[in-house]
Amino acid sequence: MSERTGSYVDALREAVDQEMARDPAVVCFGLDVDDPKAIQGTTRGLAEKYGSERVFGTPLAEDAMTGVAIGMALAGLRPIHVHIRMDFLLLAMNQLVNIAAKASYMYGGQVHLPLVVRSMIGKSWGQGAQHSQGLYPLFMQVPGLKVAAPTNPHDAKGCLVAAIRDDNPVMMVEHRLLYPHRGPLPEAPYEVAPGRARVAAPGADVTLVGVSHALIDCLRARRHLEEVGVSAEVIDPIWLAPLDLDAIAESAARTGRLVAVDNGWIPCGAGAEIVAGVAERLGGARDLRVARLGFAPTPCPPTPALEKLFYPDPRSIAAAAFDLVEGRATGWMPDERPDDAELEFRGPF
Amino acid sequence: MGDARLERIFRSLHRIRRVEEEIARVYPTDAIKSPIHLSIGQEAVSVGLCEALRPEDAAFGSYRSHALYLAKGGDLRAMIAELYGKVGGCARGKGGSMHLVDAAHGVFGASAVVGTTIPHAVGYAYAVKLRREPRVVASVFGDGAVDEGVFYESINFAALKQLPVLFVCENNGYAIHTHQRLRQHVPDACARARALGIPAERIDDGDVLRIVERAAELVRALRAGEGPRFLECLTYRLKEHVGPGEDWHLGYRDRAEAEPWLRRDPVSTLAEAVGDDARRRIEAEVAAEVADAFAWAERSPFPAPDELLRHVFREPAA
Repeated sequence: MSERTGSYVDALREAVDQEMARDPAVVCFGLDVDDPKAIQGTTRGLAEKYGSERVFGTPLAEDAMTGVAIGMALAGLRPIHVHIRMDFLLLAMNQLVNIAAKASYMYGGQVHLPLVVRSMIGKSWGQGAQHSQGLYPLFMQVPGLKVAAPTNPHDAKGCLVAAIRDDNPVMMVEHRLLYPHRGPLPEAPYEVAPGRARVAAPGADVTLVGVSHALIDCLRARRHLEEVGVSAEVIDPIWLAPLDLDAIAESAARTGRLVAVDNGWIPCGAGAEIVAGVAERLGGARDLRVARLGFAPTPCPPTPALEKLFYPDPRSIAAAAFDLVEGRATGWMPDERPDDAELEFRGPF
Repeated sequence: MGDARLERIFRSLHRIRRVEEEIARVYPTDAIKSPIHLSIGQEAVSVGLCEALRPEDAAFGSYRSHALYLAKGGDLRAMIAELYGKVGGCARGKGGSMHLVDAAHGVFGASAVVGTTIPHAVGYAYAVKLRREPRVVASVFGDGAVDEGVFYESINFAALKQLPVLFVCENNGYAIHTHQRLRQHVPDACARARALGIPAERIDDGDVLRIVERAAELVRALRAGEGPRFLECLTYRLKEHVGPGEDWHLGYRDRAEAEPWLRRDPVSTLAEAVGDDARRRIEAEVAAEVADAFAWAERSPFPAPDELLRHVFREPAA
């Protein structure tokens, strides 16, 4: 029997569907979860199947609706709060940081918050400064939050199932460009548990760690590096908090070279945490060369002419890795390949 | 109103007053090494509200929540131990006065950031309604919270979904030291609630028996599924914003402003109403209970070092 496949969208929808069928405490809401577009299809059919009390669109009120989700969780529900863009989470930071992250501790273990916050990072078609931000480092920095950033359909389903079943707040970081990606998607529910990274592709000369959609670009960079005889190992952290630094350090200990590619800005980012954590673990036992890549230190410009310069891409990742392997600035830059980018989405949204 | 009920209301008012007076007395010894926001002068709001609530109902308050916590049935020993930073505290010494919690008695955790728990009450009420439970939820906040955006977002959603939540604005007139009239062009919380479709009413004299009567009627409406209600209770904070002392010397308010509130102080008026015998009996019982709670907090150990890292996430059941 051939392996079942599906898209990232199918994976997210199926995870929620199966958990809602299994557990009547699960509810799902957010602006437009029940509209005809159904959050790019990730919530399609759920309102019809589970009713408008368990699946519903909300007022445009990220702050209060996050607090409402917390109140639901205190009462024993397992809410999933969906945001079409991660940028809007900035309106919910008080509830997320001051309460969701702290309730278990600050209330002495008397309460717990089984809460899932799904949000999407945008890229391409001129998403601009406020539809493109990968703000997950803000959440990685706060004790009490778990952060998942799955990069394929299998992990998207498994992380979301694990998040829904977790008795603590979990931030699900989804990337808009991953939504059409297809891959293995087992039908029966399963968990991709927090804190375990995965070797996405083996290699010996350099370790590439890609966060969220940057993982896809790292896999493309690996093909460029193959052409010049460099073998890159690509690590998918899957979960950013807890972060599997041991697995990344194990790879870096073999290759001695580590490139962390973020889907956000470099300062204080996930890449900074990865590099620092690996350096601490290797602690002089192994010579280690490191590089960090991420967004240009600017807001994201919508014009394609500048937008393509704003992001690391397969070629710039390969060039950085090649220089680490060579131990000097070679100036090498691979030629473009037709498969360097997926068909990015066309607008309007 | 029967004698037993009057005595219960007096006991609750007097008990909260005595607990907080004892906190204020102890505070200069530094046994309590964290901020405290006393409710002295404001007790009638929580006491009147909680007279209408059942043990299984839920209440959400603010950083000034000693009165709500105690009126709702929160454990007194655990509260004092929490202020002392002891492991026997309601939050194991990891919450403090601003984050009192007693989930078993329907007191959900308070927050230092103003307005933050209003949507928690709304979400809790959503769950109650979804599960067709006969419970109600109270959200208690000050006039400062009415300045916050989350107030509007929250009460709009409660109105939209017709949730069984009673919003209680405990209006003491000040956000820290800034008066409501300096913060609001139309200083009328009820008008704001009505604008969003919630029936609202105001009690302007702090009369605990009126609060008892109106809260009971509003809670009846909640239990009958008639949607959310809003009650604004004017009140007066007699102590400084934070700390055990008085603050007339700061000059942001005039002592004359307090005079009417002192004249009709419900702790005194109810003491007269219950009569001397009942008053003396209740005062003696409360004195013993308060002394016991402070002694228990003194005896309770501080958290062991391993407590630092515990409870960041839910701990597996032992």
